[in-house]
This record gives sequence, structure tokens and C-alpha cells, in this order.
Amino acid sequence: MIEACKQAAAEVPHYCYHPKLTSPGNCRMCLVEMGMPPRPAPGEQPDLDEDGRAKINWMPRPVIACANTVAEGMGIRTQSLLAKECRQGVMEFLLINHPLDCPICDQAGECTLQEYSVEHGNGESRFLEGKVKKPKNVEIGPRIRLDDERCVLCSRCVRFSKEVVDDDVLGFVDRGSHSVLTVHPDRKLKNNYSLNTVDICPVGALTSNDFRFKMRVWFMRETKSVCNGCARGCNILIGSRENKIYRQTPRENNKVNSAWMCDSGRMEYHKLEHPGRLTDPMIKRGRKHHTVDWTDAVCRAARDLTKFKGEQFAIIASGRMTNEELYLTRTLSESLEAGIVDIVTRIGTGDDYLAHSDKNPNVNGVRKILRLRSPGSKLKTIRAKVAKGEIKALLVLGENLLT
Amino acid sequence: MAEPRYITGKKPHAREKRMIFRNVDRAGWNPSIEKYIKDGGYKTLKKSLKLKPGEVTDEVKASGLRGRGGAGFPTGVKWGFIPPNNTKPIYLICNADESEPGTFKDRYIIHQDPHQLIEGILISSYAVGAKIAYIYIREEFPEGAIILENAIEEARKAGLLGKGIAGTGFECEIYVHRGAGAYICGEETGLIESLEGKRPYPRIKPPYFPAALGLYMCPTIVNNVESLCHVKHVMEMGGKQYGQLGTPRNTGTRILCVSGDVQKPGYFEIEVGKLTMGELIEDLCGGMKKGRKLKAVIPGGSSAKVLRAGETYTIRDGDQEKNIGLNDIPMDFDTLAACGSMAGSGGVIVMDDSRDMAWVLNNINTFYAHESCGQCTPCREGSLWMKKITDRMLAGGGVPSDVETLVSVGDNIAGRTICAFGEACSWPTQSFVGKFPEEFKKHTKRRNVGKALNPEAKVASASLMDKD
Amino acid sequence: MEVTKELDEKADEAISHYPADEKRSAALPLLHLVQQQFGFISDDAVSWVASKLEIEPIKILELVTFYPGFRQKAPGKYHIRVCRTLSCAMSGCHQTMERICEIAGIDRSNVSHHDPIAVSADGKFSIEFAECLASCGTGPVCLVGDDFHEEVKPKDAKALLAKYK
Repeated sequence: MIEACKQAAAEVPHYCYHPKLTSPGNCRMCLVEMGMPPRPAPGEQPDLDEDGRAKINWMPRPVIACANTVAEGMGIRTQSLLAKECRQGVMEFLLINHPLDCPICDQAGECTLQEYSVEHGNGESRFLEGKVKKPKNVEIGPRIRLDDERCVLCSRCVRFSKEVVDDDVLGFVDRGSHSVLTVHPDRKLKNNYSLNTVDICPVGALTSNDFRFKMRVWFMRETKSVCNGCARGCNILIGSRENKIYRQTPRENNKVNSAWMCDSGRMEYHKLEHPGRLTDPMIKRGRKHHTVDWTDAVCRAARDLTKFKGEQFAIIASGRMTNEELYLTRTLSESLEAGIVDIVTRIGTGDDYLAHSDKNPNVNGVRKILRLRSPGSKLKTIRAKVAKGEIKALLVLGENLLT
Repeated sequence: MAEPRYITGKKPHAREKRMIFRNVDRAGWNPSIEKYIKDGGYKTLKKSLKLKPGEVTDEVKASGLRGRGGAGFPTGVKWGFIPPNNTKPIYLICNADESEPGTFKDRYIIHQDPHQLIEGILISSYAVGAKIAYIYIREEFPEGAIILENAIEEARKAGLLGKGIAGTGFECEIYVHRGAGAYICGEETGLIESLEGKRPYPRIKPPYFPAALGLYMCPTIVNNVESLCHVKHVMEMGGKQYGQLGTPRNTGTRILCVSGDVQKPGYFEIEVGKLTMGELIEDLCGGMKKGRKLKAVIPGGSSAKVLRAGETYTIRDGDQEKNIGLNDIPMDFDTLAACGSMAGSGGVIVMDDSRDMAWVLNNINTFYAHESCGQCTPCREGSLWMKKITDRMLAGGGVPSDVETLVSVGDNIAGRTICAFGEACSWPTQSFVGKFPEEFKKHTKRRNVGKALNPEAKVASASLMDKD
Repeated sequence: MEVTKELDEKADEAISHYPADEKRSAALPLLHLVQQQFGFISDDAVSWVASKLEIEPIKILELVTFYPGFRQKAPGKYHIRVCRTLSCAMSGCHQTMERICEIAGIDRSNVSHHDPIAVSADGKFSIEFAECLASCGTGPVCLVGDDFHEEVKPKDAKALLAKYK
């Protein structure tokens, strides 16, 4: 029912429902009114109202939209008084023990509790009691922090860990209002997909160590991109501000990565901050490298490269290059009649899910555009020829062969 | 079968009709299979095995037997919900988790007459097609678990359990599975989750109706201890004959458990609907304590809505409506429901005019707040909230808005949760505050913060006092 | 925690009550076996039960902390549970609790939701409140270990405790 409502542009608010996970129906936020038209007696026509729709017998008890399927003729009311009262009730219940953490909570700005408070909440509190206290800032894994008071016990993280990555290490301990999300001390949340739980957590209970306290989400611009950590090519969103990247999150693509990405891919952007990165063109004079401007650098490269041709010249390109860059590489190699063209291969460990063992993102491009049938197979030859002096010039693109 | 004699001082009242409790408090009786068989036991099982399973179900349907665990759902109808073309194993679960406050009947069946239960389980398993039955018994009946296990072994040795029961092709195993102290395991899907070794979070229905997707996602029938014993009696005398007992649509006998401010609390097996509330309290329980008047009655376990002394109720009598008072209510399912409460588990709690209704409600709220499993938002947060409000009211920190807040919180829980615990924890608040508003209003005049059972409430009260 | 051969065999027997691919069902029976033998469920016990059933230890911790019937700390030699639900409260269970604590020398002032059990100074008795024990007509009631006692008024507390040496 909840998907049908979304298609009908009558979105129903929810916490625990997630289209990629099973529906436990525990948050009760998606309660709507439901009804069926009464079955007409045999031979009779159904009762119609002024709009020509079948009259509906509305059920007095609201139902959850996330775990009920639609049926022919069913009526759903998402904006009735009862539906609104249900939501207001659930919002009030969620807020009574919720800490006033918005000023220090990373989720601010992308928090469904905040959003729904505005849309569906009461505005005033009538809770006069003491709140239930729970542990804060708990390290449940090397990359994740947990603030239990913020947790609304939707169980999305528990279901994700069990159903999607088969690492059932999250659970609820204690009972009732004192229930607390936690891990067993011997089995923490360490798997390479743990940070997806941070994405799907509707509140700021689970936060990423890498992003915690770094940047407010409303300052960040989100750029659509593709992860370059491996050959999978998970679709991502890069969150940045003034050209500094603060985080990467997955972007849904049902043909590639569903709604997920791996933790190591997520951390790829840190490579951009590596102090060893070349940020300016440099030319070696004597023993040292000196920064030059682009014109000088390109002209110098062109001048030096055109001294050699054919068998004296080889190109080592990269499986990290974009298709456009590979195309230009091919053009260059054709015009200089490069003797050998190859790339540096990177084979690591893959897993059964998204992490591909090929850690180069674009070997497919290399095969098609540079027309290499066996990428990486000629590197030994290149090294041997360089040692023998047969190759006098080596153009290396996008790789560092010295480390 | 001999007419039973009973232990001195424990003779059944003249108005009782002992059938399920025939052997409870019986003189010279013990829970052994020898006693049971000598008294005619297991004959009904053998008789039932000669019928087709569907015929047994038909008898139970014809009897009009309704579940005795609390919901009062027709047992035969429940059995009929198993999908007709099912190929998965079918399970029968005996709900021996008796935890509804005010209820103390299954205890005696388990401890004193286990073979009646086993016979009932075997007949029911045969009818529904179950080869394995589990008795989920609450942890706080440790002796009961041992008695049941012994009885199961006795039955096995007598060829009444396991393969080839009573020389027929019917095979059935019964295992005892102990709970660990959670009221929510009395909810059938919570019980199933607990049996599966998980946290007993009740399942959403639809789609997880136990008859289709129960234990291990196989068809499962969950029945109360007393209900399963009734099945034996239905088969013994025939469904139609059983239906003559009690009153129409409220057939058979049931055990009422009375506690609270009466002279003689205890258990009484009566024909459903043939005894009124007044007769129960005055005749069977010897009336109120000396010098005290009836103030309130909870008729069906603490989840049931309270009835106030002096109230009148408008109910249907055939084609007409009539008014009856509290004392005239027949103890059956339909009339109690029509009076705005329920027969529930048969646990009747009687309160006299010495009781503060806010104190009573606070005790009930404490129970529900403690027992809430925590799965869904309204019950998890609301049950503890209601308890904190009544804690604070009793500690002297009540404010006028508390009365309205209490009812509103209850309204936001009932009908909006995964399981009936939502109603169970909110109906007491709704009914006590609704029927005794003056009792609660008197707790909203702030006075000195006195001795609070709950230190948190004391702090909350004190902070509100400062705001004055 | 020393897992004796006997305990291991009892555990296997309990597991056999459930379908072969549903070992997890034996979680409560195994935890009961452990608590019967050692008096409470230790961290080692959680790990042992988890490995016996081939599931994650968090799934056992979930159960041990959910059910009040399981204790994670050693109780006294005799563990007392006093019912506090409506009918027993009406018949004076709080007074009974106070009297028992007085006689047995138990201080309940530090009891909280997370720490509901108080142990006497000499370690002989531990005590906690329990919810409805299903004997409302004969309240106040209590369990001492597996022994069930009915109509325990404050004046009966001394005789009750004297039964346990």
C-alpha cells in the first residue's frame, strides 16, 4: 500500500519501512485508513458515489501501509482526521524520550524525525516526566558511533545487517521503553558495508566516525558520481562544500548497486587529500622538481616525447582513467606510434556482494578503447625493455610507478 | 467413573459444575496416569481416534467452544483456518503461559490434572493434523514443568504418545518448553517467536496468521490450557451435548478466578452465563469484607475495562433493550462485552471502597510498562508514560492536565499497535479515568511531595512543584 | 565456565526437541540449564550457548536481557521473588517485602530497573519483585527458588525464611 500511495503522489510518512528490506511494521507511522467496497449481492451492481467510484466501507481501525498489499477496489485515506491523529500520536511518542540533540546531531537537516515533527507533529510538549536515559557515543564498530537515546528502534540497521550482508551482529537488549540497540563486545559491526546502516538510520542514532561533527548537511552540495574504488561502479553522491569533499553516500541504481556501497569505496575520497598528491605541474631540473605552469609543462612534455617514436616509446595508462581520457590516450599513442600500451592492473579481494576483486574502476574502458585484450600482461616486457635501453621514453598516465 | 470427593475445606460450591476442575482438590487424587486411567481417562482419546480428524473438528465447531485464554474466539473456527492444501508440518501449541493478572486456573490443571491436558492436546493434535505439540509453560511454574514432563513419560510408556498411539496410525510428540518471565509470550505470535528462540516480538497480522504462517512459518494452532481440556469433554459427551451447557453462543463451563476484597477469594467452575456477577461475589465468595462496600470490579483479567459499582448497562434481550446493574451481569462473553468490558481470561478482581483507584491504576500501569516488549512505538513509549504520570500523581506531583493527558495517551495507543497488548495497556487507563474521574482529579491538587515508590517520580514531582 | 559432559549432553537432548534446522529454538532451554547449574548467566555462558546453537552471541544477549527470569549476576544462596501485581499488592505484598528484607538483612535502596536484585550482606538471600505469579486468590505469594509460597503475610516472613538453612 505504501508504494501505491507513493505512486499516487500521496506519500505516507514512515520510519521502519525501507523498499530494500522486509517490513516489520513497528514504527506505526504509516498508519492509514483503509476500506473495501462491499461485495454486491449476486446480480446487483455495486453502490456508487457521486464521482462514480464504488462506495467504501471504511474500517474503524487504521492499518499500516508498509506491510499490507493493495486489492482491487481498495480505498486508502492518507489525509483523513484519523490518519493525521495517528501520526501526531506516533510523533509525540517518539519525541517524549528523544534527547534534545539537534544542535550536535549530524542527522540535522536530513532527519525524518525533524521533518515529520514539522509536518505531522504537535508543536507543544505535554510530557512532564523524566526521560529514559541510554548510552551515548558508543563505539559499536571501528567506523560507527551509536547514540542510543536517539534510536527510534525501527530496526532498519538490524534488518540490513542480517538480510543484505548476512552479518547479524546488531540486536536489541533489555525490554520495553528501555530497549537499546547494541552489539556483542566480541562481535562488533565491522563488515565492509557497515556504513550503509548510517545512511538508512532515519535519525542520528548511527553516525559515521568519518563524518561525525564535520559538516552540516545543508551546507553541502551533492554531486552525482560513480565510485572509483573498484570495477563495480556503485553510483554515489559526493557531498562537498567549496570543493572539499566531506562524505560519499550511495545513490540508488537497481542495475548496479541497489541502494548500497561498501565502506572502503566510501572512504576513497580521502585519497584526494593525500599529501603526496601532485597538485601542480612540475619539471625536474637537476635533482629537484620545480613547479611550473601548465603551458611550460605541456610544451616541455610534447618536445621531449616527440624525440622518440615507435619501439622506443611506450605508454602506461591507468584503469582509473575515464573513457574520455582513454580515448585521448589512444589518440596520443597512435600519433606517436607507441610501441607498447598497457595499464597497471590492480587485483584485490572481492566479496560476494558489491566489492569487485578488480580494484580498477574502468578496465572495461581500457579493453574497449585502448583495445587491450590482456591488460597488465605487457608490464614485464616494458620493464625489461627499459632496462635494456630499448625503450627510451615512457609516458605514464594516472599512475605512480615509483612507489 | 466415581463421583469425586473433595479435600475438607475445598469442596466446590453448590453453584459450580466441576468438569475441567473435576480432579482439582480431589481427595485421594494425584497426577499419576494410573489415577487418571482408573477414573476413565484416555477413553475419549481412543474414541476420537476412531473418527476422521475433520469429524473431530466438526464436533468442536458444533459445541460452540470459545477460547478460554482471553480472546474467546471459537476454537473450532480457529482450527478450520489451516490452509486446505497445506503440505508443511502442522504444530499445536498449548499456551500454558498463564500471566494475565487476576487469573489462576491453568496452574491447577497443570499441577493437579496434567493428563487431562495431555489427552486434550492429543485429541486436538489429531484433529488439526499436528505431529508435534509444544507446551509453552511459564518459567514461574517450575514444579509444573516437571509434573508435565513426568506425565508425558507416563503417557509414552502407556503407548499413548509417540508412534502408533493407542494402536492406531496416529503419531504425536509433546515437548515441554519453559518460558522465562514475559507476559507477552502469552500472545500467540509472541509465543511463537519465543519458541523459535527469538525475542518475543508479536508478528503483524496480516500476513502472519498462525494458522497459515506460524511456528517456523508452518500452520500452527495455539490454544489455552483450559480450552484444550474442554476439547476432551466436547469429544466425551459430543459437541451438541456440550452445547447444552452454559448459554447460547456462550456454551460450556469456565473457571472464574476471584481475588481482591472478597471474603473468600478462589476459583469456581460455572456454566458460562448461568451465574451473575452479584451471585459470584455474594454467594460464592461470601461477599465483601466486613464493613466494606463494592466499589469496582475488573471482570476478565487486568486488561479488561473496569466496571463501577452502581453502573447500569443497556443490553439487548432478544428484540428489546433492557437495563441491568453490575450485579445482574451474567458471567459470559457476550454480555460482558456488551457492558463495555470483556470476559477475558476469567480473572475477576474485586475492589472495595478502601481502594484508591489511582493507586490501583498505577499498579496496573506498572505491570504493563514492565511487560511491554518494546517493538512498536505507541505501546513502548505510551505504557511507560502512563505509569510515570500515575507515579507522579500518587507522589503528590499531579497537575490538572494529567487527567486529560492520561486518557489521550491511552487513546493514542489503542487500535494502533501490532498486537492486543496495546488495548490491554490502554483500556485500564481509559476505563479507570473515565469511570472514576473524581478519584484522579483529587490527585491533581499538588501537595507536599510525600513518599514515592519511585524516586524518579519524586524528582519529577518536585520539579513541577518549583514551577508554581 | 566449566561445561561438564553432563551439561553438554542435556543441551544436546534439549536441541533434539526441535527440527534439525531450527536449533535456535533451544535457546531458552539451554539458558535454563545454565542458570540451573550456575545460578546465573555469565558472559562465558552467553558465548557457549551461542556457539552451541551456531548463532551470533548478540542473539543470546538479546534474550538474556529481555527475560527477567534470567539473571546476569550471581544471586544469593536462595533467591526470593515476591509478586507485586494488583491482587498481591492489595493483600499487602509491599509490607511483606519490607519485612522479609528486614529479617534477612537485605538493603533494597540501590535497586533500579537495570539492577532489580538485592542480595543480603551474608549472601544467603537475594530478592526481587516479580509480576503476577498466577495465584491471585492466595496473595501475597512468592517463589523461593522453585518453592512456591502462598499467603505470606509480614508475620509469616520469619517462619518462611527459617525454612532455608
